[in-house]
Amino acid sequence: MKNLLTPKNIKTVVGIVAIYGIIQLLISTNILSDYYQVTLAMICINIILAVGLNLITGFTGQFSLGHAGFMSIGAYTSALITINMTGEYSFYVGILGGAGLAAVVGFIIGMPTLRLKGDYLAIATLGMAEIIRIMMLNLDFTGGAAGLSGIPQYTNWLWLFVFSAGTVLVTRNFINSSHGRACISIREDEIASEAMGVNTTKYKVLAFVIGAFFAGIAGALYSSYFYFIKPDLFGFLKSIDILVIVVLGGMGSLTGSILAAILLAIISTYLQSFPELRMVIYSLLLVIIMIFRPKGLMGSKEFSLGGFPGNLSLPWKKSAKVKDEG
Amino acid sequence: MLEIKNIDVYYGVIHALKDISLTVSQGEIVTLIGANGAGKTTTLRTISGLIKPANGRVDFNGERIKGTSAKDIVKKGLSHVPEGRRVFPEMTVFENLELGAYLRKDKKGIKDDLDRVYASFPILQKRSRQNAGTLSGGEQQMLAIGRALMSRPKLLLMDEPSMGLAPLLVKEIFSIIRQINEQGTTILLVEQNANMALSIAHRAYVIETGSIVLEGTGKELAQSEEIKKAYLGG
Repeated sequence: MKNLLTPKNIKTVVGIVAIYGIIQLLISTNILSDYYQVTLAMICINIILAVGLNLITGFTGQFSLGHAGFMSIGAYTSALITINMTGEYSFYVGILGGAGLAAVVGFIIGMPTLRLKGDYLAIATLGMAEIIRIMMLNLDFTGGAAGLSGIPQYTNWLWLFVFSAGTVLVTRNFINSSHGRACISIREDEIASEAMGVNTTKYKVLAFVIGAFFAGIAGALYSSYFYFIKPDLFGFLKSIDILVIVVLGGMGSLTGSILAAILLAIISTYLQSFPELRMVIYSLLLVIIMIFRPKGLMGSKEFSLGGFPGNLSLPWKKSAKVKDEG
Repeated sequence: MLEIKNIDVYYGVIHALKDISLTVSQGEIVTLIGANGAGKTTTLRTISGLIKPANGRVDFNGERIKGTSAKDIVKKGLSHVPEGRRVFPEMTVFENLELGAYLRKDKKGIKDDLDRVYASFPILQKRSRQNAGTLSGGEQQMLAIGRALMSRPKLLLMDEPSMGLAPLLVKEIFSIIRQINEQGTTILLVEQNANMALSIAHRAYVIETGSIVLEGTGKELAQSEEIKKAYLGG
């Protein structure tokens, strides 16, 4: 058994608890009003979604445009479970059921479509998300176009935080494992990866299933926080929103996804006061950020709590380091 | 060690390999030379399981490997240095080498082989924490070879290691190939640079539009009039 109490791990745990504590304090003292708490919930849900999609698109290099489909499966499954069962216990079943079902659907869809590459895969995943949306629209028990309402509200700040921090940690450990390396090697060069003996199909499907699982969790949290869902919420635009977060943060950077999720949520919250110009400014900002940071905010770099504060890379420090190694 | 018999490969309706047979024995360097589009790369990729042949036999160490997945073929001790190097550009040199040993579990052995690769290619050790994409063409080729050696192959398939390299580097790469062979790895080398390839090969095959048209020892072919005219420029 490896020693888990390394200074790095301790710092990570302390950091996570500190973030939770500070925000909890802000909520208790009502500095973060209800209005901002909605933004906070969206940030957490978007972090889970973006991290999952980053694993598929940023790390494994499989371009997916159907992430909202998995989210909707999680949302509907968990909503139906919590509506039809009583007690807080139903929330746990709902989250697990939603995430599990999303993962299963991810597997079924991933097996045939992940043979496709690039644009073709994007179109296939897009089609898949549309099929899911149309099904939700036409099935009886999902409430059709009116959707489901009166979903019991169990999602709170604690759950949002636990799941988003958990998603990030699990993904980070996966990326740093040999499985994660295999995934990255597929992104880098699929043929070489196969020639090294990596089972490329297996890892593409695995990344897809894990991403779908997280999207299922995000959907479940969403439905239980906003207690109302309808098929339109999980359309093509939602998939694009998630992709924007991933690309803006940096493909292959978890920290980037987190930062971008926070940044975009804050921007769109503040722009609510200018409804006419909101989308114009939002789009302009995206264009400007992509011009100045074409690889996203973080590129493929990471910032870890465990390495804090030594990893605050300062420009002059970095150039000195390169010299040492050269 | 490696025996392929009557292999046919199609790309859609195009008959890319027609009834190809060749053998490689333990300890040899065998080269397969030919022009662009003759089917050299296709032959290698068929052997390493990246392409499935329509019919024929591929035997490695007396075992049939046709239809075996690329992953299991690597496990059996056959490693492929793909055409155009194909290193993982956004990964460090060290991570690239680590991935070469992807299927191995023996940490001690991996460490030994890493040291051995660093000993053969000191430049790789110097650049071990640099992204592979930032290496020069020659260094990338060394990395691709080193990465393939990390799986401790019995047979190494090399696809055009001289491609796009300066003449001086080509010489260096070929002397490295010879060293690897002297250390006990059998090599099947595909090349357009017939001169260099024939100079280090024990035996050679010439492939033309999907069929093998000539075979012999490296020396024989280097002196053959036909070869001189077609591939050696005079």
